[in-house]
Amino acid sequence: MKSAVVVFPGINRERDMMLALETVTGQRPVAVWHAETELPSVDLVVVPGGFSYGDYLRCGAIAARSPIMQAIKARAAAGLRVLGVCNGFQIITEAGLLPGALVRNAGLRFVCRQVRLTVENNRTFFTNRMQTGAIVSCPVAHGEGNYICDTETLKRLEGEGRVVFRYAEGTNPNGAMNDIAGIMNETGTVIGMMPHPENMIEPLHGRTDCRPLFESLLAA
Amino acid sequence: MTLANNTTITPELVRQHGLKPEEYDRFVKLLGREPTLTELGICSAMWNEHCSYKSSKKWLKTMPTTGPRVIQGPGENAGVIDIGDGDAIVFKMESHNHPSFIEPYQGAATGVGGILRDVFTMGARPIAAMNALRFGAPSHPKTRHLVSGVVHGIGGYGNSFGVPTIGGEVNFHPRYNGNILVNAMAVGLARADSIFYSKARGVGLPVVYLGAKTGRDGIHGATMASAEFDGKAEEKRPTVQVGDPFTEKCLLEACLELMASGAVIAIQDMGAAGLTSSAVEMGAKGDLGIELDLDKVPCREDGMTAYEMMLSESQERMLMVLDPAKEKQAEAIFRKWDLDFAIVGKTTDTLRFVIKHHGEVMADLPIKQMGDQAPEYDRPWVEPKTPAALGDVPPPEDLRAAILKIVGSPEMCSRRWVWEQYDSLIGSNTAQIPGGDAGVVRIRGNKAIAVSTDVTPRYVEADPFEGGKQAVAECWRNLTAVGADPIAITDNLNFGNPERPEIMGQFVRAIQGLSAACTALEFPIVSGNVSLYNETNGQAILPTPAIGGVGLIPDLSRMATIPFKAADEAIILIGGHGSHLGQSIYLREALGREHGAPPPVDLAIERRNGDLVRQMIRRKAVTAVHDISDGGLALAVIEMALASGLGASLAALDHRQLFGEDQARYVVTTSDAGTVLAAARAASVPAVEIGTVTSAATLNIAGGPSISVADLRAAHEGWFPAYMAGEL
Repeated sequence: MKSAVVVFPGINRERDMMLALETVTGQRPVAVWHAETELPSVDLVVVPGGFSYGDYLRCGAIAARSPIMQAIKARAAAGLRVLGVCNGFQIITEAGLLPGALVRNAGLRFVCRQVRLTVENNRTFFTNRMQTGAIVSCPVAHGEGNYICDTETLKRLEGEGRVVFRYAEGTNPNGAMNDIAGIMNETGTVIGMMPHPENMIEPLHGRTDCRPLFESLLAA
Repeated sequence: MTLANNTTITPELVRQHGLKPEEYDRFVKLLGREPTLTELGICSAMWNEHCSYKSSKKWLKTMPTTGPRVIQGPGENAGVIDIGDGDAIVFKMESHNHPSFIEPYQGAATGVGGILRDVFTMGARPIAAMNALRFGAPSHPKTRHLVSGVVHGIGGYGNSFGVPTIGGEVNFHPRYNGNILVNAMAVGLARADSIFYSKARGVGLPVVYLGAKTGRDGIHGATMASAEFDGKAEEKRPTVQVGDPFTEKCLLEACLELMASGAVIAIQDMGAAGLTSSAVEMGAKGDLGIELDLDKVPCREDGMTAYEMMLSESQERMLMVLDPAKEKQAEAIFRKWDLDFAIVGKTTDTLRFVIKHHGEVMADLPIKQMGDQAPEYDRPWVEPKTPAALGDVPPPEDLRAAILKIVGSPEMCSRRWVWEQYDSLIGSNTAQIPGGDAGVVRIRGNKAIAVSTDVTPRYVEADPFEGGKQAVAECWRNLTAVGADPIAITDNLNFGNPERPEIMGQFVRAIQGLSAACTALEFPIVSGNVSLYNETNGQAILPTPAIGGVGLIPDLSRMATIPFKAADEAIILIGGHGSHLGQSIYLREALGREHGAPPPVDLAIERRNGDLVRQMIRRKAVTAVHDISDGGLALAVIEMALASGLGASLAALDHRQLFGEDQARYVVTTSDAGTVLAAARAASVPAVEIGTVTSAATLNIAGGPSISVADLRAAHEGWFPAYMAGEL
């Protein structure tokens, strides 16, 4: 399983993501700089968390228009798997790879805490080692994770099983519609999520609940 | 400021620059002529209290700063300690008090930015941040706004930069109504053999400006931070800098790449007094002159004068002496990160600090006298008053009500509202988040460091010497309680106006107390910061020497945490029963009094008890550990219950045993009480089995009340969010 982790200026969880990918899949991902125009030959591209370009215009907006995103969009259209986490979710949503938008948390404050997530769909490249309906612990750390979309889109996401993760047990930290924590595109090749599974994979993190997500990459 | 450089310097202009008439006379004598306006500005920037430490230096020199693990003590951007395996930890704490009161978001944000820069200037990647915050009374009309802004600012900067904030302190007291304290600490990891210093070497080498552009923000910030506030503090808002964590993150990555390239001979961040202080420090330390051509300085706006450029405190900037052979390579790194890279001057052998602008010499000053030979004072001081004896303290009329009141008080309640706004997990190495005795981050494998910030200002106010000792002892105890070997500290000495002998007395005695504890516990001071003039209209803050300590955990599998682990385990009090209620939380929160002497610290006992606890953690003889501090035994046990969801059944304990704040004590739990008690006996440490962990989530005190953990939790978690929502 060869993967690439994209680094924009201001991204800051690329090390966490690379460590998780390497720890679980056994293969060190390639770091790809935002100014590149081509992607290496890989099975998965991950857009990690952080504050790309300081999130100054609107979270993810500037990164979504950088050179490497054009290459990612082209390859995603051809079926390459893309995972966006936190700022990465915001970036790929801004780039149009996923519908909807991530807006300011309902509580108006940055939130770093453990939440509970229900795996809503286990037929994806990132959840195939989980049971549908399983509930896992996972941290969030964001100020703009409140997922919104229009009614029609929401109906489609729900109807087509494209909500991959939902905040469970009343732990929605940001006011997201339908407690949505992660979604996928129509073909299931692009997944975006706000929580940080890369920070919940080894005993040091308190629990290892999210390790199976990364193990899923090997089976996919 | 539109005055010409050759403006006549009037006494009024001197006063506006915060210089005393005798200091100005000294400056004129030094030059042998009247200074230019730029020179006056530079002098005011270098000789103010914040940059020169002129009131404190005499006493700082007396503090213990050496030890077998100390690589670099005070005097550099940060202290450096050796943690083995070729690893070094670089750390420091610094205040941003005055700006945070004037503009809490930017004041706190740039405080975090400044301390992060101090750490990565030395070649270390920041791996943890902490902060120690003091606010006025919750009922004061500005407090809520200041708490909100400061916490938002710390999170806004640290989260975006990408450093985990793993702990800190928040206190409220009316004495901070006019002067809040924002002390930020950063901890970085470097290789012990590649630490970068500010001392310039070599004549005729290029001096390079790195990072963000220079603007008109923060002019006179350091001078502002060296004076008292009056009723018009808000008018000083233009002196507060504006932070850009995105640029700082890019600057970090660019600097670390640059350092790896071998291009850096000396490097210094531009903090207080910006370009002036960074250039003077590099030159003065290296016994070299520096010549700057301001036409080369990247500016954010047109028409900036030499005076403005030299005094700007624009953030995210660095100055370095470059190996000329590596110029192209160095520049390419900065271009890659879209940062400025400009050769703005050179080192000289003249020992002069020369500033040119538009081909004219705007300033020509002796560099040593501006820097390390700045004025120094031996300020008069008086012995602090001994607190009156306390007498008998009565038990509460209703113990249950008293416990719930204390648990839910502004001082003792949960700080979750605060620390959930900080990213405590980034880096994937956080082993303990805020809420325990110390924050813990992994270095690699099983090796980790623990970090804690501590001081109990009401103790220091009542007895500066004992309070100073206690601040260091509590920090040492907190590191011990997670199983770490305490190694070294940074200090942030926040006091009032040193020109008042009673304030200077607090300062001197507190330093003596800190020093005594550092010596006895072999816990040297490797870096620090002094913040004086924390006064408004003659009212000083509580004396607050905040201590930030670092300890080493050699094996993370032998780290202790505070939650109870299993029902039926014995709860053992290490250090014996307490009785000291002077300056206690019980006295203040339950009886509304702030009286008496603080608990004395016996440093030999502190060390003996702590060494035993650490040894038992390493032998896995104990399952949970918590130090006893504010609120005494009762609060320690309650916090252990709250962190676990389990309950506790305690023996009969009176109010002195429950709430006494006697030092050198811990609560531990164990499944094998016999072993722990025997080990304590062998070490001559008093240890008492005081109860049992219960699966029923209730706190039971024999012959006293029974309080459910749910009720305790509601009180403990309730106050902060309700207060911040304006419901209280």
